[in-house]
Amino acid sequence: MNSGMSLIVRTVTRLVYGLALVFGFYVIMHGHLTPGGGFQGGAVVASAFALLLVAFGAAGIKGRLNHHLLQTLEEIGALAFLALGFVGIGTAFFYNLLANSGSLFGGPVPLGPNAGVFNAGGTLPLMNWAVGLKVMTGIAAIVIAMLIGARKEETE
Amino acid sequence: MKKAVILVAFLFVGAFLLLAATSMRPFGEPAFADMDDYFIANTQVEVAANNAVTAVVFDYRGFDTLGEATVLFAAVVSVLALFRKLREDET
Repeated sequence: MNSGMSLIVRTVTRLVYGLALVFGFYVIMHGHLTPGGGFQGGAVVASAFALLLVAFGAAGIKGRLNHHLLQTLEEIGALAFLALGFVGIGTAFFYNLLANSGSLFGGPVPLGPNAGVFNAGGTLPLMNWAVGLKVMTGIAAIVIAMLIGARKEETE
Repeated sequence: MKKAVILVAFLFVGAFLLLAATSMRPFGEPAFADMDDYFIANTQVEVAANNAVTAVVFDYRGFDTLGEATVLFAAVVSVLALFRKLREDET
């Protein structure tokens, strides 16, 4: 059971892992207010998964990150993004139907520089979450598959 | 001989890049700014989002983002298909 890295790396990973997850989800959730968005935040969350994999090895995370589940979640994210694109099909593909509608995420935004309104942006936050889910699970599945494949080749 | 060829090619491409750099427009004065001005002026009204970049990526050019997502999906599927044989032995 010595597949991971040294004790120092494991301890630092335990400290940094949660912070990286929180930062990634923050970037995804505030994609319509601050720099970043679904792709960037998803990459940050996937990097936290990759850190876990490198520090503890493929054996250390066995059963906790299931690549079948990750693949399914990636497909759900892709389908949700496509469905959100079809929401405004009455006007045009990817038309932002929810913006300024007064319903969910339909709040108005004052003109010019402002502190930021979270309940605004129409379909943008929903699309950010869909793409964020897709990117984080997709890259995590790639990293897990490649790591397990490389380990398998090493031992053969 | 090989190193000389590489050096000549490097200098050739570098000279072209320097030539192009000298004839660049000054910073902050793009040739066509109509689209940028439209996005900056109308993003907060039309999309109700402060982040104009996200508004362009997910609203004005959402179809382009769908293509990006499709590329990532194809990459994930192909990697998992490529390493499928190695994983089957383990489980």
